[in-house]
Amino acid sequence: MSEKRSRHIIIPCSGIGKAVGTVARRATYIVTGEKLPRQTETTCLPLLTIEDKEAVEKVRENPCITIDGCIAQCAKKNVEHHKGNLRVAINVLDVLRQNPGLKPGTVLEIGPDGEKLASRIAETIVKIISEEE
Amino acid sequence: MKINSRKIALISCSGEDLPEGTVSRVATRRILEQRDDTVTICLPLFLAGGQGERDFAKENPCITVDGCQKMCAAVGVKKYGGVTPRSTIVISEVAETLKCPKPTSKSKITSDDEKLVQNTMKIINEKIRTVKEGKN
Repeated sequence: MSEKRSRHIIIPCSGIGKAVGTVARRATYIVTGEKLPRQTETTCLPLLTIEDKEAVEKVRENPCITIDGCIAQCAKKNVEHHKGNLRVAINVLDVLRQNPGLKPGTVLEIGPDGEKLASRIAETIVKIISEEE
Repeated sequence: MKINSRKIALISCSGEDLPEGTVSRVATRRILEQRDDTVTICLPLFLAGGQGERDFAKENPCITVDGCQKMCAAVGVKKYGGVTPRSTIVISEVAETLKCPKPTSKSKITSDDEKLVQNTMKIINEKIRTVKEGKN
């Protein structure tokens, strides 16, 4: 019997009020859509907020990496609330502090610097997952 | 009763795993940037935040913009705010009703998706007018 292989679940906050929310979302799509499409997927964070059974099972049964845009840490807290398998919690603000020259644009258009930030977060996630495998 | 003093709360699901979630997020955000009589809150804050965030839905008449039939934003307003949204919009229904092509990209608004975004914005504006006139 083959064992079902787990996939990393990448969960961004997608905060609608700040550009860093969009950076988190963009980083997720770089990982799940471009870099590691077979090893990763995402889920809608609001499904956890409304306690959707299928989404809760998914974060409990698979390793999760959250990407938050602000100190409220909505993605991390939603996963923790449901006792999800949280491996790593990333905050865009920490990445910004490490890259002070990169200023993301707006919520709707994060611009070249926002894209670079998202790429750096994506690279970090790829490294984390590669080391786990 | 007309609602003029309070701002209208637009709450988008912004669902990450569906192209319709991206449409809901972009359409909602554009309206928020165009109108100073609207406010928003990040939906996941209902769980991650405190009572202040949960009271947000009680304190402002809400219009929810959801991507799919699970209607996370509308359910979240009821679950955490204890109130029913004044109006709800579901992107998948808008696309079907208006015969717009189903959006295909989660990461960007394509030229095909733009029509759906524009139509959703029109609907949001109509709903805001109706709520402000006290018609629902």
